[in-house]
Amino acid sequence: MLLIPCPWCGPRDETEFTCGGEAHIVTPRAPEDLDDEAWGEFLYLRTNPKGRCAERWVHTHGCRRWFNVLRDTVTERILTVYEVGARPPQAGDD
Amino acid sequence: MTERNRLEAGGRIDRSHPLEFRFDGRSLTGYRGDTLASALLANGVHLVGRSFKYHRPRGVLGIGAEEPNALVQVARGAQTEPNVRATQLMLYEGLEASSQNRWPSLAVDLGGLADLASSWMPAGFYYKTFMWPARLWPFYERAIRRMAGLGRAPAAADPDDYDHMHAHCDVLVVGAGAAGLAAALAAARCGARVILADDQSEAGGQLLGERYEIGGRSALAWVSGAMAELRAMSEVRVLQRTTITGHYDHGYLIGCQVFREPGQPDPVGVPRQRLWKIRARRTVIAAGSIERPLVFPDNDRPGIMLAFAARAYCNRYGVRSGSRVVVVTACDDAYRTALDLAAAGVGIAAVVDLRPSGSGHLPRQVRARGIEVLIGQRIVGVRGRARVEALRTQSSAGGAIREIACDLVAMSAGWIPSVHLFSQARGELQFDERLGVFVPLGRLENVVCVGAARGTASLRGALQDGFFAGQVAAQACGLAGREEAQDIATVEPEEAPLDWRGIFGAASLGGRQFVDFQNDVTVDDVRLAVREGYDAPEHLKRYTTAGMGVDQGRTGNINVLALLAEARAEAMTTIAPTTFRPPYQALSFGAIAGALVGPLHAPTRKTPMHDWHAGRGAVFENVGQWKRPRHYPSAGETLQAAVDRECLAVRRGVAIADVSTLGNIDVQGPDAEAFIDRIYCTRMSALGIGRCRYGLMLRQDGMIFDDGIAARLGEQHYLVSTTTAGAASVFAWMEEWLQTEWPDLRVYCTSVTEHYAQIALSGPRSLELLGPLVDIELDAMPFMSMREARVAGVPARVFRLSYTGGPGFEIAVPAGRAYELWTTLFGAGERFGIIAYGTEAMHVLRAERGFIMVGHETDGSVTPGDLGFEGRLAMDKPFIGKRSLRRADLLRLDRKRLVGLLTQAPDCVLPEGAQLLDEPIDSPQSAAPVAMIGHVTSSYFSAHCARSIALGLVRGGQARLGDTLYAWVDGRAIEVTVTAPRFLDAAGKYAYG
Repeated sequence: MLLIPCPWCGPRDETEFTCGGEAHIVTPRAPEDLDDEAWGEFLYLRTNPKGRCAERWVHTHGCRRWFNVLRDTVTERILTVYEVGARPPQAGDD
Repeated sequence: MTERNRLEAGGRIDRSHPLEFRFDGRSLTGYRGDTLASALLANGVHLVGRSFKYHRPRGVLGIGAEEPNALVQVARGAQTEPNVRATQLMLYEGLEASSQNRWPSLAVDLGGLADLASSWMPAGFYYKTFMWPARLWPFYERAIRRMAGLGRAPAAADPDDYDHMHAHCDVLVVGAGAAGLAAALAAARCGARVILADDQSEAGGQLLGERYEIGGRSALAWVSGAMAELRAMSEVRVLQRTTITGHYDHGYLIGCQVFREPGQPDPVGVPRQRLWKIRARRTVIAAGSIERPLVFPDNDRPGIMLAFAARAYCNRYGVRSGSRVVVVTACDDAYRTALDLAAAGVGIAAVVDLRPSGSGHLPRQVRARGIEVLIGQRIVGVRGRARVEALRTQSSAGGAIREIACDLVAMSAGWIPSVHLFSQARGELQFDERLGVFVPLGRLENVVCVGAARGTASLRGALQDGFFAGQVAAQACGLAGREEAQDIATVEPEEAPLDWRGIFGAASLGGRQFVDFQNDVTVDDVRLAVREGYDAPEHLKRYTTAGMGVDQGRTGNINVLALLAEARAEAMTTIAPTTFRPPYQALSFGAIAGALVGPLHAPTRKTPMHDWHAGRGAVFENVGQWKRPRHYPSAGETLQAAVDRECLAVRRGVAIADVSTLGNIDVQGPDAEAFIDRIYCTRMSALGIGRCRYGLMLRQDGMIFDDGIAARLGEQHYLVSTTTAGAASVFAWMEEWLQTEWPDLRVYCTSVTEHYAQIALSGPRSLELLGPLVDIELDAMPFMSMREARVAGVPARVFRLSYTGGPGFEIAVPAGRAYELWTTLFGAGERFGIIAYGTEAMHVLRAERGFIMVGHETDGSVTPGDLGFEGRLAMDKPFIGKRSLRRADLLRLDRKRLVGLLTQAPDCVLPEGAQLLDEPIDSPQSAAPVAMIGHVTSSYFSAHCARSIALGLVRGGQARLGDTLYAWVDGRAIEVTVTAPRFLDAAGKYAYG
């Protein structure tokens, strides 16, 4: 079970959180301008990387705040957590 | 002393506390401190069970968690537990245990005939034999299941208590043997918070069974000193009888502590077991090692035991497991068994060494005692069936076979490091040529193996390993190491190396040579599997079942892999062992559930009126965690009769319902209007203050997610209602959008579900009832509006709306005043013949009107258009899911669409979920597949319509009004007519009468 460092509450067990999937999926500003394929891609397609992966998590049974987690999907190491809306840390930043 | 094989003195048992117990009905005695295995051996009982497949007689092989044979059924009735290792079961007064897998008795087991047939039961026997004819498989399966299986599961609920404990530490040390104690000491002396978990009843690990010295005094004196020091430190927690069984991410480990054995009385109120959930910053695995058995014909006979077990039963429990012993070995260590047993006065017939020479200090000491040592041997077999009588050996070069009479064979092929917890945490293993086993490859970031668990052979090495690892772990937690390992000086001469290749010297001889004792897998089975192409460890394991017993192949796997390498004619380094997965040792369901059973299993939510409902004989149903009245049957009334009565009261008079469980979310802020518009696909901003509107919420993919009424309470203030089950997820969804996509919106959401209780008054006489009780003009209230008012003196929000399709009001009041108001309304309603109605009547009433119910008419793949809502979509404003509604697939005309369904026979109620077909079919055996064009989503008998009604989703349903379809129910086609999804006309009468 992961130990997730909530930026507001500190490290807590994974069972207190809910994962919201990949982070930095930008909602199109004008969805009406997109064709079905582009909209479908936004809705359904994710990168599912092996290695560094930026994800959204929410501390459901805690402060109920959303934040981003940079996690290595191979080692399960959590490299960093950062605010919603912040840019993802680049490789080597940790 | 009554046990014939108990030594006069010695051992760590408490001879002042004799205990009586029963095994297979026989009354026997032992002492406090005994395990069932040691007590049985003290009484001369070697035959303790029958093997799984061939029902061969089996005896105690080991002394701990590795035991594959001595599995017993303990205690009776609800407390009975199967497959308990006799080697881990602590004896208690009155213990009752019985052997497993035998009939009619252990000595005479008819299943043993399987052993005679064994040459026709090779690996894969079941797969090959019972394949044909396929229709007989159910018969075969019943017969096989009766023969197979080990113990019996209890039939009644477990009466014992269990609990859970969460713990955090700097350093978790697994195992309190030499290496584990050293690690715990070093870490604790540095100031680390330490948890030391050990599966034995007392600390010491392997030292408990040895006669070692540390620093010039007995090793056990050193253990006592170490434990005294650890127990005196406030930041150290020692958990005995605690098996760490699972190792997960980020230093999370699960352990199970045993306080009482199955059936053991509980005088002081302790749980039977406690599940520990430990979060450790650093983990030191000092789990020790397991002795490796030798492979030779009939190596499974009772009286053949691992060499360490034989001397440990003597040293620790004061038990001589035989009176004339042969030690068979491929390493020096087993010579200690000959020395220790001889020192205890046990006769040693010979030491038989498979290696070409035996010249180390241990063989020299054995020879010096006048014990015969045979070198360069191979074991060709044994004599004896229920107990070994002689060992047959010859020179590995061939020649005459010598038969050595004995009643105990102590065997050793070296030691297997217990790397399970390291491997569970994704630690890699590598093959060690010198030791002939897999050892940890390096360390993990926060996990290290020490001592025997990493293949360290010597006591000195184990102590050094432990001290070093303990200090490093403490330092990694930011604590200064200040302890030198000065008190561990112990000198051990070198031992000659193991010859692990030599252990298959007899393998060419044939006969039943077991590699997995518990699952009856032999050398021949492994070779056959490889010949048949199952030559990868994973395939071999599943084909032969080697390593799949409750012991998980702790003693057998390494020999299976060595045989595999040999059969593939490859080096062991090419073999990757199968991955170890949790649990190391099985957890009981009781331990996993802990205290969360019965009423504590899940929280129960009750409305303020719950006691009233219960007092009126309501039958409750669970909706999420809520208890909701389903119906209120009168004496002897059926569900349908009660629902009919409740529905007719709503249609003809007045009835009252508790709708407090619906979710309520208070939405406020300068941008509340914009927010409300975005979360509903219908227009909400046009709503005037005090007005209400029904709306649908969609997911981003356009599918309906929840529905409910939104009421505008003020310029910047809305009240959003949700379904009972959807309340939490709608609230979380709103928070998600506000935090992640619309942080610019100044909106605040508060869940107020439990702050208010809500009462529905429904029926044509509801206005008459409520009018005199309120301080507002109800007549002036338009439909779908809300007014603040006092109802019978209680401050309330009065809504003029209904979920029944008829006239009605809903009244929301602070939860604390709800019971009072409910009883007032009910009292005032008595002259109108008021009754209460439950959820079942609500469902019928809303279906009559064609109102959808989320979860019935929607299933996560239904759009507003599918339910006929396209006309009410506000496509000129942004809302969640809007773009998806234009996707080509969601615009198809042949999507399933909501319709009404009427059967020919008015009393025929279709089952919900029934599939709808275009054509009737004669029988399920019809050759051609039939297209399913829809399904029934809701179906009831409506007393008001005097017939059954149903809603359904039908492909292209909007174009099929009046068509005849067929519902497939219990093997026959029932004719149904498609109607609009609404069964009442504008006047509230049945529309198709």
